[in-house]
Amino acid sequence: MSPEPLVRAEQIHKRYARNEVLKGVDLTVSEGQVLCIVGPSGSGKSTFLRCINHLEQIHQGRLWVNGSLVGYRQVGDKLHELPDREVCRQRAEIGMVFQDFNLFSHFTALENVMAGPTLVRKEPRAKAAAYARELLERVGLADKLDSYPRRLSGGQQQRVAIARALAMRPKLMLFDEPTSALDPELVGEVLDVMRQLARDGMTMIVVTHEMGFAREVGDELVFMDDGVIVESGPPKELLTNPREARTQSFLSKVL
Amino acid sequence: MAEHADNVTAARRVSGGTRRSPEPLDPGEIKSVPVRHPGRWVGTVVVVVLIAVLVKSLLTNPNYEWDVVGKYFTNESILRGGLLTLELTAVSMAVGILLGIILAVMRGSPNPILSYAAGVYIWFFRGTPLLVQLLFWFNLSALYPELTLGIPFGPQFVDVDANALITPLVAAFLGLALNEGAYMAEIVRAGIVSVQPGQHQAAASLGMTRMQTMRRIVLPQAMRVIIPPTGNQTIAMLKTTSLVSVLAIAELLYSAQIIYSRTFQTIPLLLVASIWYLIATSLLTIVQTRIERRFAPDTYEPGEPFLGRLRGNLVWLRPRAAQDATKGDEHR
Repeated sequence: MSPEPLVRAEQIHKRYARNEVLKGVDLTVSEGQVLCIVGPSGSGKSTFLRCINHLEQIHQGRLWVNGSLVGYRQVGDKLHELPDREVCRQRAEIGMVFQDFNLFSHFTALENVMAGPTLVRKEPRAKAAAYARELLERVGLADKLDSYPRRLSGGQQQRVAIARALAMRPKLMLFDEPTSALDPELVGEVLDVMRQLARDGMTMIVVTHEMGFAREVGDELVFMDDGVIVESGPPKELLTNPREARTQSFLSKVL
Repeated sequence: MAEHADNVTAARRVSGGTRRSPEPLDPGEIKSVPVRHPGRWVGTVVVVVLIAVLVKSLLTNPNYEWDVVGKYFTNESILRGGLLTLELTAVSMAVGILLGIILAVMRGSPNPILSYAAGVYIWFFRGTPLLVQLLFWFNLSALYPELTLGIPFGPQFVDVDANALITPLVAAFLGLALNEGAYMAEIVRAGIVSVQPGQHQAAASLGMTRMQTMRRIVLPQAMRVIIPPTGNQTIAMLKTTSLVSVLAIAELLYSAQIIYSRTFQTIPLLLVASIWYLIATSLLTIVQTRIERRFAPDTYEPGEPFLGRLRGNLVWLRPRAAQDATKGDEHR
């Protein structure tokens, strides 16, 4: 019964100079699924996430999102790099939320959320503004529309960043340690927004250290170490009964 | 005095660690004896004496010929020269900034040929004196008697005599603008580098092209870093235009030179030119401050005004209460 998964990764390899950071990652994510990736720092989980929207180039393997190869076009058995414009079109379908928020500091919250639709999709400003307002309301920031990022707390900035990504109406959302740069008391408000998003059926890949979130919201949990997926499965099972020694040792440190 | 003693014992009690609620310390403003700076006083006296000498000579030395300065200050050819100086400044800066942005983007390009080409350009134009460059452009016809427009190594469409095309004024614009481009490239590059890499990634993840990212996201944020030195460059350019007087272009300095070569009133005419340069640079400084404040409204902090600082330094001009406190302390 399984339809084509939204994300399919086969034997992804990636290296920086001679340092191989991904050593053959296989993974699928179906539509509506929430996949959480955990693992020690330097395990390649963030790099893998950035390969999915081609912020990083892969060196071996194949990666499909929504049925099309990411960053390449296959002609016969040869791969052709996609031109900048095509890569941009693929990225526009994939939302990404960063650890450091990366809001555009010269734009207000509203303008940040409008940036994608107006600059990339060339939507009329009024239409983009209306949707941006709706999104900011949904993440609980209806009263911060005209605030510049530096006037917002970390949690508020990250919620604007989520709204900014959602404004492109993406099919897939990538979260790269979205709460790691936040003060502990601000983590909850961001996780709440993500929880709601998952409930609404968004397909999400979340690199995180929040085991509680992974357990509660994740449909599947992947443990990565040293550039490979060591173990994966339903979060509750994996968190309570890890099979691999490396998983056990990691979980014993973070739980 | 008695009150003072009480305060001291209160303070001791607190530092002694007993947690009995201490009597409140005097909440008034701190009245302390300022540190003396004898070196500054010596320096101040020297400077004031020097200023007095200068002012006296300005007013009494007849060789300044202030009446001649006044006579030529609004002379028509001086004003026309001033206008040409402003035009040279504006056009050279505009072209220089545009060139600087192009070069800075080329310099950061992943294509090594583009990046190196920009690097060599900057190296050449910053590494040779502007005066030499100006003379070079002026004498271009000696190198290329004819300039042609056409396909490189292919057919040529237009032929022009280099001497007719490169007039002294064109040579001046070329020299100033191409040289400025090299300096502006480094300024723009510093601005681009100052924008966090995360901004590029966030823009890319939304699907913006490199061009869009540069134009809409990176350059506007780089402005904070780019604008202050660009203001300095503009002010420097205004003065640098005087170099083109060697090409016999009647800008402000050369206009003054033409007159004094006829009347031999060298000093007063140089003063006329200097005063106009000062007026123009002062106005530009005001504009620069305004623009800087606009692009970084929250980082601007006004300095304490000159008179306020002067008053702060002169103890005897302080309010009475502060004076009394000082005296009292000195007696003890």
